[in-house]
Parts: sequence; C-alpha cells; structure tokens
Amino acid sequence: MSLDDIYTELIAEESRNSEHKHHLVSPTATLKGRNPSCGDEITIELEIGNGLVKDASFTGVGCAISQASASLMIGLIKGKPVDEAKRLSELFLGMIKGDVTDEEQLEELGDAAALESVSQLPARVKCAALGWHTLDEALK
Amino acid sequence: MSDKYRADFPLLAEKMNGLPIAYLDNSATTQKPESVIEAVTEYYRRQNANPHRGAYALSVTATDVYENCRERVTKFLNARRSREIIFTRNTTESLNLLAYSYGLPALKSGDEILISIAEHHSNLVPWQMVAARTGAKLNYIYLEKDGNLCRQDIQDKITTKTKIVAVTQVSNVLGLINDVKAIGERAHAVGAVIIVDGAQSVPHMAVDVQQLDCDFLAFSGHKLLSPMGIGVLYGREKLLEAMPPFLMGGDMIEYVAEQHTDYAELPAKFEAGTQNVGGGLTAAIDYLEEVGFDYIAAREKDLLEYALPKLKELDYVELYGCDSRLDNKTGIISFNVRDVHPHDVSTILDAEGVAVRAGHHCAQPLMRYLGQNATCRASFYFYNTKEDIDRFIAGLKKVREVMRLES
Repeated sequence: MSLDDIYTELIAEESRNSEHKHHLVSPTATLKGRNPSCGDEITIELEIGNGLVKDASFTGVGCAISQASASLMIGLIKGKPVDEAKRLSELFLGMIKGDVTDEEQLEELGDAAALESVSQLPARVKCAALGWHTLDEALK
Repeated sequence: MSDKYRADFPLLAEKMNGLPIAYLDNSATTQKPESVIEAVTEYYRRQNANPHRGAYALSVTATDVYENCRERVTKFLNARRSREIIFTRNTTESLNLLAYSYGLPALKSGDEILISIAEHHSNLVPWQMVAARTGAKLNYIYLEKDGNLCRQDIQDKITTKTKIVAVTQVSNVLGLINDVKAIGERAHAVGAVIIVDGAQSVPHMAVDVQQLDCDFLAFSGHKLLSPMGIGVLYGREKLLEAMPPFLMGGDMIEYVAEQHTDYAELPAKFEAGTQNVGGGLTAAIDYLEEVGFDYIAAREKDLLEYALPKLKELDYVELYGCDSRLDNKTGIISFNVRDVHPHDVSTILDAEGVAVRAGHHCAQPLMRYLGQNATCRASFYFYNTKEDIDRFIAGLKKVREVMRLES
C-alpha cells in the first residue's frame, strides 16, 4: 500500500473542499459523531421531507480522510431518497470494512469509491467511516 | 552517542512496513529487553503456580517471585517498607484505587481537589467522579506560557479547603517535569495529601518517595520495560492502613463469614484475585538500574538537543511545551504540521517506518487548553538513536508534499 493510493489528489483536494461544510437553515435532523480515539467530531445536518434528503451538510474537524469522506458522502446523498441514502451508506461501510469489493457495485458510490484503499489501513478505517456511521444513525 | 543497549531489544530489529522501525512512541509503552522477555519465559517454564495459596514447593516459588518483586520495587522507590507497595494492573488502576478508597470516604461537600490541566485522563476522570459523588469541587492548576505549571495557581489554589492534590510528575504531552516536592510541601501545609502520577517520570528519572515526601505515587510497569498488566501504587503506610479495600475477593481477606469479612493486612488488602506474578518487573528494574538514570536522562537530553533545532527549522511545524529549559524536560515532543491533521501525519510517518502517536493522548482538557483538537507526539527512550530522529525529520519533510500542499 503506497501513500499515493491513500492520499490521492481527489482525497487531498476533497479534504479541503468546503462546499458542503456549513450549517443548514432548517435541518430536520442533526447528529454528532465522535471518534473517541482521536477526539475528532463531525456533525451531520439533514433536511428530510417527502422521503427525500432535500439538503445535507456537515461541520466539524478531522483528518483528511474523515473530512474528504464526509464531503463526498454529502455530495452523494443530497437529493436522493432516504432509502437510497441508507443503501449507499451500507454499501460504503461494507467497502471500507473490506466486505464489498465488486467494482461494479462500488461504482454507485461515485468519487467516494476512491476511499476503498483505506480498507487496507486498519488504523484509519474509523476515520473514513465516521461521517457515514453518523449518517446511518441520523437516518434511523 | 553509543547504541550499546539497542541490541538488547529484539523488537527494535523488526521491520514496520518493510523498513527498520524507528520507534518513537515510548511514552505510550516501551519495548522490552531480552532479559525481561527471558524472565517472563522462565517464570512460565519453571516457576508458575498461584502464589500465597498452595502448600507445595512450586507455589512457594511463585510466592517468592512475587514478593521479591515487591522488595525490588520497595528499594527502587526507596519506600520505607514493602507493605507500602501495592501491585495493580497499571497507573490507571492505582489512581482509581485512590479515588475509590481514599477520595470517596475522605471528601465531603465543600472540600476541594486540585489537579493540573496537564493530567492524563487517568488522573482526571477518577477525580471528576469523586467530586460528583461527594459534592467536592475539582480545581485546576493551569500553565505558564512555557507550558510549566502556573506558580500563582499553586500558591492560590491550595487552601484549607483542599484535601487532595493530584499531579503528574511529568506531562505525557509536554514532557515537562513538575516540582511535585514543592507542591507536596504546600499540600501538607494545609493538611492535604499529595498524589503523584509517576507514569511518565519513574521510567526516566530516579524517583525517591521519601525524598519527594509524597503520600501516594503510581506508575505502570509497561512504560519501564516490563510487560503490560502490572502497575504499582506506593502509599504511606498509615494512610493505606486506614483505607478500605478497593476490590473484594480472593487473597484480600483474613477471615470470611456469611455476613462479614475481616480483611487482610497490607499489602494483600489491596490485591484481590490472582495478580501478574511473573510479570518481569523485577528484571525490568534490574536492567534499568544497570543502564542508570544518569545515562537515561543524558541520552534523552542529547536526543532532544539533536531533534529540536531540526524541527524548529521547519516553519510549518508547530511545537508544544518546547520553550522550556531542556533540563526540565524528558524526551517528549508534541507538535503539529500546519494544515495537516495529526492522524494524517502519523500515517505518512508510518509508511516511512516511523512510529509516533497522534491524537489527544488521553489529555483532552489539555488539548483544548492548547487550542488543539489533537497533536502528534514523538517520545524517546535511551535506546533511540540520532538515525531514528533523522528518519523522523525526513518523513516530516514529506508530509506536506503527500498532502499536496505548498511547502
């Protein structure tokens, strides 16, 4: 596993992308996720209506992997039906644990599939999963 | 700088990610010399039985191994008597023992506990619990600009209300050495006890509990070359005598009736259940004293003096606790790389075979006080070399490039 497979240009850029990093005007669900081993926190805000994730955003601090992952996640689920968002979240968490490796399946994750290589770095899996676990809880 | 001890540590000859390991996480745990590994193997090959219980020769041997270790620790810390040495699992358990068996019974509403903002969670969370349950107030000694404990706070916050002062002798984040003897004198003057967290000091400097005149001192074996799972609590005999037991069960009793138990005398009163008997702590202390604390301190200072100017040359590296005099600092360097999260720094160093710690170091209130969410920490021991530091610095120089930032 080389560092270039982890810190790709996409991940490095996305970790500094602030497009989805803000508060929502009228969120219907807000949930904070914490990684106790590093103290990082991510708050996911969702505006859900008519079975759709009408709007979504995140705030918080974290490493490049957690920030890029959360940013890509928001971009992916925004505008999608809630069930679809749940399914994508399961798919991502399956990928990051190394359970789902089928490329065709992972294509559904769009750019977030670029985090697949993190599944090879056990110490960092939690970073990539932080936003998604929080989303998963928020959608329950 | 000679590397005469490095070969004694088999793990240091191992590779990490295909490269020789530069192990710079000694504040978390140290590597073990061959003599300690052999002592543990010898115990399980030839000496293992449950001590204090069997009437057969092997159990007597195991008892001897265990009690000889207590004698060794007594001498190591210069305690008055071996019954002042209690074996626990680690520093955390030692400090919890004090919170439950000293703090809870001794404190009441209106009393105060004083700790420093630089405490490890193990010397902080237990006191929060004691404060919450007794109604006592938990106060903090904050820091001077250079990271040392605030002198004014030590003056002002130890009052007649103060019943417990619990401070670390060396901060696990900043590596700064606190004058716990002077703090203890203030504490004693108002009738408070002084508890010293020795987790980061006992492996690095000669600690004499009589000279420090402390009431309690805790440390972990695994941070001073011994395997994990054995720790020590030193306590002044008359205080330990008066305290109720912490954990109840086997071996801590004198006589058990259906509704009542007479507890054992010290130190057994505080050692319920089968302990880590063949833990190698005796061999670790033997090894450490052979190396000598003068050598250890000098070596760590050499490594600091070698590393710090190199780090200061990198304008994108921010250092914490490195403005103090070096003779008041052990080999711990906390730092951040500008615009890069410590976890990313540590992953990049990992790929270079360099092991450093990243995170809050179990000191979240200190992190917030420093205005950081987390930091990286490189911590040295006497077996580290200038080459380890060269590789650490070379790895750091790659961090911003890997993260595609301008250097």
